Amino acid sequence: MQLARVIGTVVATQKYEGLQGIKFLVVQPLDKRQQPEGEPVVAADATAQAGPGELVFIVGSREAAQAMPIKFVPVDHAVVGIVDEVELSKQ
Amino acid sequence: MYIGQVAGTVVATIKHEAFRGRKLLLVDRLGLDNQPSGEYDICVDTAQAGVGDRVLVLDEGNGARQVLRLHEAPIRAVIVGIVDDVDVEACAVSS
Repeated sequence: MQLARVIGTVVATQKYEGLQGIKFLVVQPLDKRQQPEGEPVVAADATAQAGPGELVFIVGSREAAQAMPIKFVPVDHAVVGIVDEVELSKQ
Repeated sequence: MYIGQVAGTVVATIKHEAFRGRKLLLVDRLGLDNQPSGEYDICVDTAQAGVGDRVLVLDEGNGARQVLRLHEAPIRAVIVGIVDDVDVEACAVSS
């Protein structure tokens, strides 16, 4: 599970039937200091409340689909939480 | 599994219900030299770990669900132990 910033939304009317009603977001993965790291990905929003600009945390691989109402769906990244605060030690 | 060091805490109010009541820690992955490799995971803590602790991290979904006793959960990384000591034979280390 990693930090990410929501940078956009994706609209797809025609999609796999198990994905109906799921909101998709474009998210930029971040390093622990919240700097961009790697390429942006499309993630399904399991919180249903995340929007552009927000700091979130995402889960990748098969566990992403576990966040969805229907478990066996083609989803490989999911937003599973909206981050209020990250507190790092001084080191 | 890998050895990491707890670098901080993560607070999230709005989250998937599988995370409710669970402590989230940000863990740096450590290399053989005991230094952060640059990779990290946000982990669910099951070992009462704190910031600065060296910990054992399980990063695999089926095992994570088993540890948390959940049938379905979008959780992959779990802290399953606090490391007291690691001993690696010098001859096995290639840098």
